[in-house]
Amino acid sequence: MQTKRSRVVLVAVAAFAVIVAGCGALGGGGSDAAATATTAEGMGGMTALEEAAKAEGKLNVIALPRDWANYGEILDAFSAKYGITIDEQQPDANSQQEIDAANSTKGTDRAPDVFDLGANVALANTTLFAPYQVGAWADIPDNLKEASGLWYSDYAGFMSIGCDAAKVALPATVADLLKPEYKGMIALNGDPTKAAAGFHGVVMAALANGGSADDITAGIDFFKQLNDAGNLLPVDPTPATIASGQTPCVIDWEYNNAAQANDTNAAAGIDWQIAIPTDAPPVASYYIQAINKDAPNPAAARLWEEFLYSADGQNGWLRGFARPILQEKLVADGTIDTEALGKLAEASAAPVVLTQDQLTAGQDLLTGNWTITIE
Amino acid sequence: MDAVAPAAPDRSDTGASSGGTGARGSRHLGDYAGVVPFFVYIGLFLLLPTLIVVVGAFQANDGSPTLSNVESVLTEQAFLAAFGRSIWLSVVTALLGAVLGGLLAWAVASGDPNGRLRPIIVAASGVLAQFGGVMLAFAFLATFGFNGLVTLLLRDSLGVDPQESAGWLYGMNGLAVVYTYFQIPLMLIVFLPAFDALRREWRDASESLGGSSWTYWRHIAGPILAPSFLGALLLLFANALSAYATAAALISQGSPIVPLQISTALTSEVVLGQANVGKALALAMILVVAVVMTLYALIQRRASRWAK
Amino acid sequence: MTATRGSGQTRQRVARAAIILLIGGYLLLPMFAMLDFSTRGPGGSRTLDSFIAIGSNRDLLEGIFNSLATAGLTVMGMLLLLVPTMTWTIVRVPRMRRVVEFLCLLPLAIPAIVLVVGIAPVYRGVTFLFGGSALTLVFIDIILVLPFAYRALDGALRSIDVATLADAGRSLGASWPRVIRQIIVPNIRPGILSASVLAVALVLGEFTISSLLNFDTLQVTINLIGKRDAFISVAVCLAALTFAFVLIYAIAAFGSADQRRRQVAKEDE
Repeated sequence: MQTKRSRVVLVAVAAFAVIVAGCGALGGGGSDAAATATTAEGMGGMTALEEAAKAEGKLNVIALPRDWANYGEILDAFSAKYGITIDEQQPDANSQQEIDAANSTKGTDRAPDVFDLGANVALANTTLFAPYQVGAWADIPDNLKEASGLWYSDYAGFMSIGCDAAKVALPATVADLLKPEYKGMIALNGDPTKAAAGFHGVVMAALANGGSADDITAGIDFFKQLNDAGNLLPVDPTPATIASGQTPCVIDWEYNNAAQANDTNAAAGIDWQIAIPTDAPPVASYYIQAINKDAPNPAAARLWEEFLYSADGQNGWLRGFARPILQEKLVADGTIDTEALGKLAEASAAPVVLTQDQLTAGQDLLTGNWTITIE
Repeated sequence: MDAVAPAAPDRSDTGASSGGTGARGSRHLGDYAGVVPFFVYIGLFLLLPTLIVVVGAFQANDGSPTLSNVESVLTEQAFLAAFGRSIWLSVVTALLGAVLGGLLAWAVASGDPNGRLRPIIVAASGVLAQFGGVMLAFAFLATFGFNGLVTLLLRDSLGVDPQESAGWLYGMNGLAVVYTYFQIPLMLIVFLPAFDALRREWRDASESLGGSSWTYWRHIAGPILAPSFLGALLLLFANALSAYATAAALISQGSPIVPLQISTALTSEVVLGQANVGKALALAMILVVAVVMTLYALIQRRASRWAK
Repeated sequence: MTATRGSGQTRQRVARAAIILLIGGYLLLPMFAMLDFSTRGPGGSRTLDSFIAIGSNRDLLEGIFNSLATAGLTVMGMLLLLVPTMTWTIVRVPRMRRVVEFLCLLPLAIPAIVLVVGIAPVYRGVTFLFGGSALTLVFIDIILVLPFAYRALDGALRSIDVATLADAGRSLGASWPRVIRQIIVPNIRPGILSASVLAVALVLGEFTISSLLNFDTLQVTINLIGKRDAFISVAVCLAALTFAFVLIYAIAAFGSADQRRRQVAKEDE
């Protein structure tokens, strides 16, 4: 009786330790050659890179929702082409959470290999990145990449308004949103003090109301008007809220809104249409690719970047209604997906991309004022 | 025999020892060895994080000491407003929860202690009080949200437009209603044992002396229950003040209350480098909750005297 | 006199019924709403599809497994930590009892949202030693459970004469582990059950720390799924709440039945 009891206790304690320890193995980087290579040539050429990546067999990505700029198709294509299993972590994390995850899982084999970040978060965390220059390096504009290869822009989108045309007419301008027919219908994707998409929505409103990239007060005032009129919904728009008709109008990146014009929604009677408002220059923001310095699968990480900057990856984004960074090069080479290109809305004027200083100024303005605005 | 022999000092809690009555009053250092694992654990997973928060509140991003975080917490309009709202929310829901939960506790306590109803209500309260705000937020979305049961009923029977009738849930009023919802079961669990201390004989004695129900409550039951009631009220206040999950699940625009401000400071991808301001906010929260919990502990000690 | 008491009792009974119906009804309303919401099918029909879909949703199953496994580990860890410590303080160092009580109640004063702010560096160490699985949440879940578990175990320990029992066992030559295992534990079973049940409920419902440390537990997954498909997430909520209720009720019923059985046995002596 006593021996049986003590055995049970021992087993329980041992199980405790083993379960907790065994569920996450310690891991480290792959081959050293891959971890320090700054170009494909540094690995011995593309074929060698592919071999090394296939040997690693795994890729950890983070914060890549499958319906964000068509990442679902891109992830599947990469996985199918090279036979590499992709671990899609935390699809709904934001850029800061990507960095936090990298820091907290540092040194384990769960650490993210690559990042897709907003510009300000990327610029603040360059010490975490490993420099790497993809094959198409020269074709990336200089102002949209870091000289040694620490980070490089991947795609951009314009701020847009998406609406269920079956419920209400698609607005052509930002000013239209104040009309009474939009009462209780408009949702902004994310809180501007927390999420980049929400922030740029306010910038778009500012540009349409006499403000500028340097001063977005006009945008904050516009949203206050929208809220007072009862047109602004305090709900976070998600595929679920759009499908259920809760958020008939959404202010979000063009590629996110476009993803909602899908078959499932059409079958449910939702006619989702997208407009880039004409009373302001398009507000654009480039997202940024980077490789984790402590990536557990460095070769796979580099192969992933090469894939993204090949015609396959770039067209994948294009089909998701994002504007890939190498768009002009692909057009020149004739490798662009012309059908997808044709579906993108025309830019009515030169897009406005905020500089780091303008971003900071806008953030400071919002932090003090946003909660009061939407009370 | 053991009482005569001196107790051998213990070096560990598993080692063999002469033990026995002599050891009970012993002050050998070895006795404290038994609680060392506990202290180490608490130190590592509770005290150390708290220390990190307290120290971090006074650090700038590069680690140098500064008062600017504390200063902004105490002076910036956004933060002060958040504290105001948090305290308002906690006071209102604590009072509502205490009153409604107290009534429910009375109803349950005055019923059959061995009946079927009491364990069911106590078990249900245990579930609802402990269960995460996310689940309750979804439950309320299913009830009062845009496609909720009540909203659709209102639409179908009274023609009320869902866009009009459901928006309140996603703001402070909605938060207050959902908070009250989990304050009531918590009140039941914490306050019900106090009723068990009321003896039937006291009620009988009061009535046999010609006292009415009101007299009984005002002079006998009231004063006995008061400390427990107050203690429970404080607990409900602290519970509402620190709640995060419900707000995170319901509110998506603005950070109207302090826990949401803390999470924004930590996880925002727009406003960077605010982690230490978040720590200063957390420090402020600790202070408020600590004061409340100290009062609670003092009141509990007084109340327990009556429970004998 | 009897007449007054009679009508007083009826008034009381009516008041009781009214309160239980009204407040109880208010508490049950969202449960019914969840049942209605999760069984909605296309075109106004009723269907159990949302519940069935739980079984095929990999993320949900992972979240459910993580939470259940963490709950089990938390119960084990909490008991391992508290029972020997509390027994030890009662028998050997009574002056530490107040200190232990204070430390156990301290987590109530340090909200989870605050704890998670300071726990990140500690968890870097935990991840280094134990890997990055969600089960490492057990370390902090034990802390969260402490106030409730302490109260339950303390109540049980106060109801038996721990010191005498321990002394008796020790004087018969038993080692401390054996005393705790075979003498103390069987006598505080109701307290252990109560503490375990509270621990399971708390871990299953924990969201703040899991979400801010980016672990995929049940609540985090429900929140995530809710953004894609509201019906499945409400179905999971209802299933989890029902599961917890049944668990708590069953254990409480088992505990009181056990108590009654032992009381009868004692009377038979």
